[in-house]
Amino acid sequence: MWSGTITFGLVSVPVNLFPATRPSRSSLRMVGPDGVPLSRRYYSQESGRELDDDRMIRGYEIEKGKYVPVTDEELERLEPKKTRDIDVRRFVEQDSIPPIYFERGYFLTPGGETEKAYRLLAETMEKEGRAGIATFVMRGKEYLVAIFSKNGILRAETLRFADELRSPENIGLPKKKKGPPKAAVRRFEKLIDKKSESKPTLKEIKDEETERLLKLVKKKLSKGKDVVEIEPEKDEEGKVVDIMEVLKKSIAAKA
Amino acid sequence: MAARAIWKAKLKLNGTRIPVDLYSAVVDRTVHFNILEEKTMNRVKQHMVNPETGKEVPSDEIQKAYEVEPGTFVILHGDELESLEPEPSRDIEITHFVPPATVDAQMFERPYYLGPDGNQETYFALAEALNSKEKEGIARWVMRKKEYSGVLRAEGDYLFLVTLRDPKEVVSAKDLPTPAGRDLDHKELKMATQLVEALEGEFDPTEFRDEYRDRVLEFIEKKAKHKAPKLHVVRSKRATTSLESALERSVKQLKKEKKAA
Repeated sequence: MWSGTITFGLVSVPVNLFPATRPSRSSLRMVGPDGVPLSRRYYSQESGRELDDDRMIRGYEIEKGKYVPVTDEELERLEPKKTRDIDVRRFVEQDSIPPIYFERGYFLTPGGETEKAYRLLAETMEKEGRAGIATFVMRGKEYLVAIFSKNGILRAETLRFADELRSPENIGLPKKKKGPPKAAVRRFEKLIDKKSESKPTLKEIKDEETERLLKLVKKKLSKGKDVVEIEPEKDEEGKVVDIMEVLKKSIAAKA
Repeated sequence: MAARAIWKAKLKLNGTRIPVDLYSAVVDRTVHFNILEEKTMNRVKQHMVNPETGKEVPSDEIQKAYEVEPGTFVILHGDELESLEPEPSRDIEITHFVPPATVDAQMFERPYYLGPDGNQETYFALAEALNSKEKEGIARWVMRKKEYSGVLRAEGDYLFLVTLRDPKEVVSAKDLPTPAGRDLDHKELKMATQLVEALEGEFDPTEFRDEYRDRVLEFIEKKAKHKAPKLHVVRSKRATTSLESALERSVKQLKKEKKAA
């Protein structure tokens, strides 16, 4: 769990950060012919011998085959100094951020000793219909986020930086020369009207591929076909715990 | 530098098919590192091994398995995984239209620009209609053996698609309890509102840069020339004050800034 502090003006709001997405339901592990999950190991090109962590280093390829070594310490020291601050620089209209920017969500729950500053910020933002634009550094990476307030809970959506996105111009899309034929526009407008639902539903959004995978797994499991049992790894903490339970606990602790 | 289309498709609306090219809207700017052997400064070799025996498993013997619960795996063979693959198609089917913001931002995954493939008039006509009606389309399609749900939107003159996450992977704030406590103080709420209003502005992404990434790349370049600077850790200090006094001082500071401006 990552803890930090939202700052705006001279006010600090301590928060804990939790992913707002669950791990993929369809991720598969690599296993051997006998079903034992495999581990990735590293070997020397020269001697072929297996290498421990302390014999390996991170390198950046500056030109073909030429690497600049970079240590954990060096990366840490390059991090901005105020590493725990989520620094709100602006409050913008909450629906004004184009979808193209959004990357992934994190819930921010009240941290520290009191939830008062948290509730004050959440309530004010929700009432004003504003999202906070902030930057912060987490685990060696700088993030730009939009903080939303909904249902009294703050949520940070990480945003792509402007230079991580292409524009229609640099893709080379053709320019609209003149207005398209009015009749064609009107035909599409009619179609949009016809296909708009008075009560919009999102039932089409579903992951059928994952459902098919889970069904097959269930079928094989019930038949006992290709099922392998091994001693569970010790470090399974993150896997068994449901995010929802962790979040509920984190919020309830302050009430 | 023009980008290359990654996929050709047809937008399917009722009976109409509009040929389009898909372009990734995202440029990967992550600083990628390789793992090197410290002694030789060469890249290391990686193998998958059986952790019990320490023996390497050649890639043609590697299978995929689903972990049902910690320690329980169900092996899925190649032909079984193939049978799960969707039927290939070039159609991006628009099933219906919804007002903007119907799909929550939490669902958005990856954006793609659509460009006209051939007939530009139909392409720009659809973008214009989406703009004038202020609607976005809900899309479904199969691309490279994978099924996608997405939102079709017009941004300026152009169309783009944003792929959506599996809804079951998204945790909704609606399912969480609201942080509770005593009623908030009116005076403090008023000051917080003043503070938020003082920082109000337009969303301008060009104001922000990944400065950490810039610093890492700059450091690497200098180090390559053996001119790496000495690095010092700088810790930030923050005075701890009460919420009320922090609010008051922030509002005072804002008033001062306004007078000075």
